Amino acid sequence: MTTTTSAALQPSISLLPSKKTPIVLSVIALITLISFGFLGSNQAANFSLSTNTDAFKIPDLVFPGMATNIVFGVLLLAVAGYSWWLRSKGRTLPTYAVVLAAVLFVLGFLIWVVSGANINSISLASLLAGAVVLAVPLVFGSLSGVLCERAGVVNIAIEGQLLGGAFTAAIVASITKSAFAGLIAAGIAGALVSLVLALFAIKYMVNQIIVGVVLNVLVSGITGFLFTTVMQEDPELFNSPAHLPVVAIPGLSAIPVLGPILFKQSVIGYLMYLAVFLVWFGLFKTRWGLRVRAVGEHPKAADTLGIKVNATRFWNVTLGGIIAGIGGSFFTLVAIDSFTKEISGGRGFIALAAVIFGRWNPIGAFAAALLFGFADNLQVILTIIGTPVPSQFMAMMPYLVTIFAVAGLVGRSRGPAAAGEPYVKE
Amino acid sequence: MKLELRGISKAFGSFYANKDIDLVVDNAQIHCLLGENGAGKSTLMNVLYGLYQPTEGQILIDDKPVQFSGPGDAMAAGIGMVHQHFMLIPVFTVAENIALGAEATKAGGVLDLQITRKKIREISDRYGFDVDPDAIVEDLPVGVQQRVEIIKALVREAKVLILDEPTAVLTPQETDELLDIMRQLKANGTSIVFISHKLREVRAVSDVITVVRRGLVIDSVPPETSTTDLANLMVGRAVQLNLNKEAATPGAASLMVRDVSVVNAAGTTTLDHVSFEIHQGEILAVAGVQGNGQTELTEAILGTQPVTAGSIKLDGQELVGKSVKAVLRAGVGFVPEDRSVHGLVTQFSIEENLILDLYDRKPFGKGISMNLDAMKKNATKQIADFDVRTDNPLNPASSLSGGNQQKVVMARELSRDLKLFIASQPTRGVDVGSIEFLHRRIVAERDKGTPVMIVSTELDEVMELADRIAVLYKGKINGIVPGNTSREVLGLMMAGVSQEDAISQADFVKADAEPLEAQPVVSQAPPSPHKPKHSTTAEGDAQ
Repeated sequence: MTTTTSAALQPSISLLPSKKTPIVLSVIALITLISFGFLGSNQAANFSLSTNTDAFKIPDLVFPGMATNIVFGVLLLAVAGYSWWLRSKGRTLPTYAVVLAAVLFVLGFLIWVVSGANINSISLASLLAGAVVLAVPLVFGSLSGVLCERAGVVNIAIEGQLLGGAFTAAIVASITKSAFAGLIAAGIAGALVSLVLALFAIKYMVNQIIVGVVLNVLVSGITGFLFTTVMQEDPELFNSPAHLPVVAIPGLSAIPVLGPILFKQSVIGYLMYLAVFLVWFGLFKTRWGLRVRAVGEHPKAADTLGIKVNATRFWNVTLGGIIAGIGGSFFTLVAIDSFTKEISGGRGFIALAAVIFGRWNPIGAFAAALLFGFADNLQVILTIIGTPVPSQFMAMMPYLVTIFAVAGLVGRSRGPAAAGEPYVKE
Repeated sequence: MKLELRGISKAFGSFYANKDIDLVVDNAQIHCLLGENGAGKSTLMNVLYGLYQPTEGQILIDDKPVQFSGPGDAMAAGIGMVHQHFMLIPVFTVAENIALGAEATKAGGVLDLQITRKKIREISDRYGFDVDPDAIVEDLPVGVQQRVEIIKALVREAKVLILDEPTAVLTPQETDELLDIMRQLKANGTSIVFISHKLREVRAVSDVITVVRRGLVIDSVPPETSTTDLANLMVGRAVQLNLNKEAATPGAASLMVRDVSVVNAAGTTTLDHVSFEIHQGEILAVAGVQGNGQTELTEAILGTQPVTAGSIKLDGQELVGKSVKAVLRAGVGFVPEDRSVHGLVTQFSIEENLILDLYDRKPFGKGISMNLDAMKKNATKQIADFDVRTDNPLNPASSLSGGNQQKVVMARELSRDLKLFIASQPTRGVDVGSIEFLHRRIVAERDKGTPVMIVSTELDEVMELADRIAVLYKGKINGIVPGNTSREVLGLMMAGVSQEDAISQADFVKADAEPLEAQPVVSQAPPSPHKPKHSTTAEGDAQ
């Protein structure tokens, strides 16, 4: 018995890839085919791509609601079937197929909603341009998160930095009548919030999550208090900030679809593109970035090479605060006329989700923020055209997208290894 | 470059980790610091590398006193260090790791990795390292990671290279390669401070051996000093290096592991169709380089690791799928590999730690109350039996030294009637004196007729204890061999060479005319009958 070689008895452990992807694909294929297709409205959905100010016109896209979604549904079923087949061979679906399925589903959803709405036409150009505008504070917030976490400090206080920036920008731009003074003040306010985070998280080694949460509550309380006691006493003087104008670059801004997105922005909007590039380039192409990432991954190793771990963290958190503060000023200097309580409305937390969804990469975070901005703007536009879906459900959409994006699509993504851990020299 | 430490002391509070240390490392010399775990070797090197500030004393380079406020200063002075736990960033490439802290840049601080790549290739070619500058470090085997560390020091033009326990993570063959590299470095004029507690390596490569014990320099001796003398110096009293255990008298096979496979959460197969059995009254040692499935194997038996496929039977009773408590109740004694994390609740008293898995059973637990008298009696008895050095059983376990902590764990597990005893790394980080004691206890348990499984990455320990040796490689059993198999064969098998090849290669390397023995090559076979010491596991007995 002891000499039994088990070769003949071996059941092979062929573990197939997870069923998650094929199941999800099958479900969305069926939803598209049945709910959007067979049960959908047969009116045409009209998407306009050009606006009146464009240099040349692109004809509108018109889709018959039911027919298009039946086609999409069949295509999605094919992708789902392919995915099941691949799984049976022990392989997984290539990324491009997943992206294709997601695009088909989103388009199908749009066509279904628009064709069933009271007004069967939306402007795709303004949907996208508006998405970018709504994404601006998210992008700045997520860049702040990326900078902090790459250096090993978890920044939950993005919300507080945005809110602090928004408040300070409003009050300074009102008193000085200068929007640029407000912009700079917002950066300083964000940095101040960061300094508190840095002091407690790095020097006193308090749990970073707790400091972050407390900071959010603190900033919310302070701005709320000053809003009622100061701003509301004399809104003329304290809460009517000068605004940053939207600067259209002549010629380029008249390109259909892309023009308004890239070349018709406020100063903060242009700063956003610049900041995304600079943070990406800095983190991945320069000596500074290599050191920052080393500190966030393995602080002790960085220390043994003579890199000052806590100083690096301190400056990164501060820089993150400046960036998030500037992002916050977008609320009061560009988007809305004046400051109101809780004006940031939880976008700091969505920015945090964008950090994770974007895998701690500035460009990834930018793309994630755009996605969330898109969901946000879609909700607004669809409510306006009067869709069959109740507006409360529409309002949930950005958050649902966030949860699904972070939980489902990212999977187990790996952040900086030392994020959240204070570094103590022995 | 000549390096001198003069009267270095390093105190943590009132405890002196180093006291009045004098040490001279000459140009192109391999100077070994020999000492037990906790003797103060690493602390001394951290002082030398600028990570710690000395409480007293001076560091001199070429007879000029120097002061290091951080590792940056030490590196600038030509000192490089390869830490025991590598200081590499796992997600970076080799080039990024080597550039870090001394980056070549273009205008505006933009990285220029091309220069670093070139330097890596130069050094890699000169020493035959075969390191790809663009490989991600975490994908590389430990041996190669270590070379990356060495390159890191050489790129910074280190004249003195400190190697802190460099062989702890290597297979015997990789160790030999490292010793060769050290000789080459020496030939090129680099001095090496080699920290180790493994006598064989130390004697093979050193020019001078300085023995450290309890923070003091005991003596400096030539490498020709005998192993026994070195051990005695290191421990401070006469040690018996050989256990001289009796031959095993194995009975029926009682633990039957059949085709056990484990796939972890990340989808990696960590155990791949592992099959073996352990007989009553024999010690099966599982050898292998760390991370080849040892942890998963012991945890699979205990039930803390879900088993994907296969069966584990103890005296006919299936263990797979049982709760940990049920497995313990079935008579499994378990010493985990990391005692301070999994073996003890370090804040609890010794007395409490001695009944951690017996708390709900008579005489200790009754209904909802605990019998404090019984606990006290038990503690007094176990502390005496296992020679745990403490003045009060109510002291927290954290107050004990590593060796004494291990004795507490071992005492607890052996205080039950066992059907199977598993000990993982039973003597890791334990002083030599306690090792001897713990080994004797393990053998005593075997002689009571209990099947014993030892998991160890220390080949010395495996060879000391084993009646049979199972070699794990990449989650598979790469052969089960008799306990007296040679170090060379085991080393090759640990590196993945099959048993037959390992035997012929080792034979070839030794180049002595020893006739090839007809070794059994069936991996699950019991020892072949022509070795009387192991022959009693004959098929007939097992039935």
